[in-house]
Amino acid sequence: MEEKAVSKFKVSSNPHIRSRVNTSAIMLSVIIALLPATGYGIYNFGLRALLIILISICSTVLTEFLFGLIIKKSTIADLSAVVTGLLLGLNMPVSVPLWMPALGGVFAILVVKCLFGGLGQNFMNPALAARCFLVISFSKYMTDFDCDAYTGATPLAMLKAGENVNIYNMVIGKIPGTIGETSMIAIIIGACFLILLGVIDLKVPGSYIVAFVIFIVIFGGRGFDPAYISAQLAGGGLMLGAFFMATDYVTRPVTPMGQIVFGIFLGVMTGIFRLFGPSAEGVSYSIILGNLLVPLIERFTKPTPFGPGKGGRHE
Amino acid sequence: MAKFSFVGGIHPYDGKDLSKDSPIEDAPCGKELVYPLSQHIGAPASPLVKKGDRVLSGQRIADAAGFVSSPIYASVSGTVKDIDKRRTVTGDMVMSIILENDGLYESVPFTKRETADNLTKEEVISIIKDAGIVGMGGAGFPTHVKLSPKEPDKIEYVIANCAECEPYLTSDYRRMLEEPEKLIGGLELIVSLFDNAHGILAVEDNKPDCIALLKKLIKDKPYLSVKPLRTKYPQGAERQLIYAATGRKINSKMLPADVGCIVNNVDTIVSIYRAVYEGRPLMERIITLTGDAVKKPQNYRVKIGTLYEDIVEYAGGFKETPEKIVCGGPMMGFAMYGLDVPTTKTSTALLAFTKDEVSASAPSPCINCGRCLEVCPGRVMPSKLADYAEHFDEEAFLQNNGMECCECGCCSFICPAKRPLTQEIKSMRKILLAKRKKG
Repeated sequence: MEEKAVSKFKVSSNPHIRSRVNTSAIMLSVIIALLPATGYGIYNFGLRALLIILISICSTVLTEFLFGLIIKKSTIADLSAVVTGLLLGLNMPVSVPLWMPALGGVFAILVVKCLFGGLGQNFMNPALAARCFLVISFSKYMTDFDCDAYTGATPLAMLKAGENVNIYNMVIGKIPGTIGETSMIAIIIGACFLILLGVIDLKVPGSYIVAFVIFIVIFGGRGFDPAYISAQLAGGGLMLGAFFMATDYVTRPVTPMGQIVFGIFLGVMTGIFRLFGPSAEGVSYSIILGNLLVPLIERFTKPTPFGPGKGGRHE
Repeated sequence: MAKFSFVGGIHPYDGKDLSKDSPIEDAPCGKELVYPLSQHIGAPASPLVKKGDRVLSGQRIADAAGFVSSPIYASVSGTVKDIDKRRTVTGDMVMSIILENDGLYESVPFTKRETADNLTKEEVISIIKDAGIVGMGGAGFPTHVKLSPKEPDKIEYVIANCAECEPYLTSDYRRMLEEPEKLIGGLELIVSLFDNAHGILAVEDNKPDCIALLKKLIKDKPYLSVKPLRTKYPQGAERQLIYAATGRKINSKMLPADVGCIVNNVDTIVSIYRAVYEGRPLMERIITLTGDAVKKPQNYRVKIGTLYEDIVEYAGGFKETPEKIVCGGPMMGFAMYGLDVPTTKTSTALLAFTKDEVSASAPSPCINCGRCLEVCPGRVMPSKLADYAEHFDEEAFLQNNGMECCECGCCSFICPAKRPLTQEIKSMRKILLAKRKKG
């Protein structure tokens, strides 16, 4: 009799308890954290912004779904495709033709993610890689920030030209730019949410921002000018990039030391691109470049195991 | 310098409320008791009895087969039914002495001792050795070996591991509340073995009542102190405990004695007390029976060799058929195939869960979140080590300090992708350790 009951028990290796946090919960928290920036983007640029974001999300999710059919493995439930689609949408100007978010979504999921082995295997942030692909291929559309709400240059372009900008508007987000990048406040609210939940920490964004500030203080030609520094921080995709894209688990180093090195690299690269490059932006390219260096950074920043270093009496 | 904690670790649901408030109760044993000859680290004990022999409770039925080994005592009176292979909690078949309980509980006489002052250090260690005492926290390392370091003068701290960091377990907690004088007396005995040693009772701060009680009892003993430690799993892991209590670090290749420390578990120390002052060999221990499938979660005083099914039956059985049964704590215990296996010197608990959290969610790809690195008390990279183990990349595994893993289970617990990280690393370590042993 006992023998029958015996076979019913599940047997597995320790531990026998698991935390409740899973991959979808993490992805969902990122989506929620992006809502303030998304909401402000729609408020700022109008309903067309919503349309672009929706097309982008549909494109990434559908691509992942179709690819899943081919390889007979459904990965839709982890919500990572939604995050990619949302980020891609937020990284586009509101005036792009509607086929662009669709094309970007296919590129992000199919080329950058699925062909490299799916979630966890991509070596570049899919949304950013797709954005860079679009910027290079269709720069006319991707760098045109004229729309119903705004005409004229972005604050960063104005800064580069030596003009003055309204910092208050930059912090609030009342400026031209891509849909989700303009409001520093909305992005920081979302980032605080993620930090409080423990989904991200300040190692990457903190070292990124600090390194960037130090770089522009030294090379910006304005010395320690708080107005200039705040404008540089609030402008372009720096905040969105630092808190939501540089912190992408898959494409940042996993080692704590490596994350700081990675952040510093991004800060310096963004500084170089912004100050010395032909365009006023540089966040996307910095992060993509940084992604490529991750294996190298991880290699040199392995954590030291607990104990008195190598050796010991029983070596 | 004490650090009171360590880097890494997790805070799982502790489930201790289920069983912590009921006093320890004696659990009777069944008709048959089984004594595996190998319930300690080292050479299996060699039987002193044969089929058909009548034995008394407290009689030595198997002798230590070497220095790193330990004798085994009958915990009831009865007849030797057989000496054969029997299944143990790990699922292995182990040569065991099977005893038929005659229900008379006839015992050999035990000689009590009023004081241990007239015993030499060697005599105390030999009493401990003859009593069959091994590390009762789970490892089962023979205690007399632990208490005989190469340079006894260099031992500065004797640490009583009262952390009980495993969720659900409350046996040490109950022991501390109900028999604190035996714990303190046992610790004093060990401290007296080393000329320069100080005794530390290291307790997690989720047991403030124990801390207060122990502090009161050791007030006049300057050579003992109570150290409250931050509550965090695995605070009671030997390396983390030594660091938290003394600020000293050892790696996987070192022994606590290398940094002047000796660590013993609560039950072990109480058994030492009973062996020296009451003359009783190791025959019983406290087992926590708990989990959401158990009708009456509680701590039981169990005669070693009793089958788990007899304890469960005595406790009124299960509320619901459990989906998983674990011997030991939920973090490091063994999932069992059935209840027809014996309790041993190293059994700490029996947990019965109505839902198995492990099989509830399938593993998915690693998203490189780094949570496993954050919680790893060994400060290694579990996600990478598991990858190397999966591909059997021995070189990369060793280069990335795979052997420093203590198999505590924090990485698997925290992993949002629900990967069996601990399992991968553990099996790789097992293979490599076996290989190393072979030479």
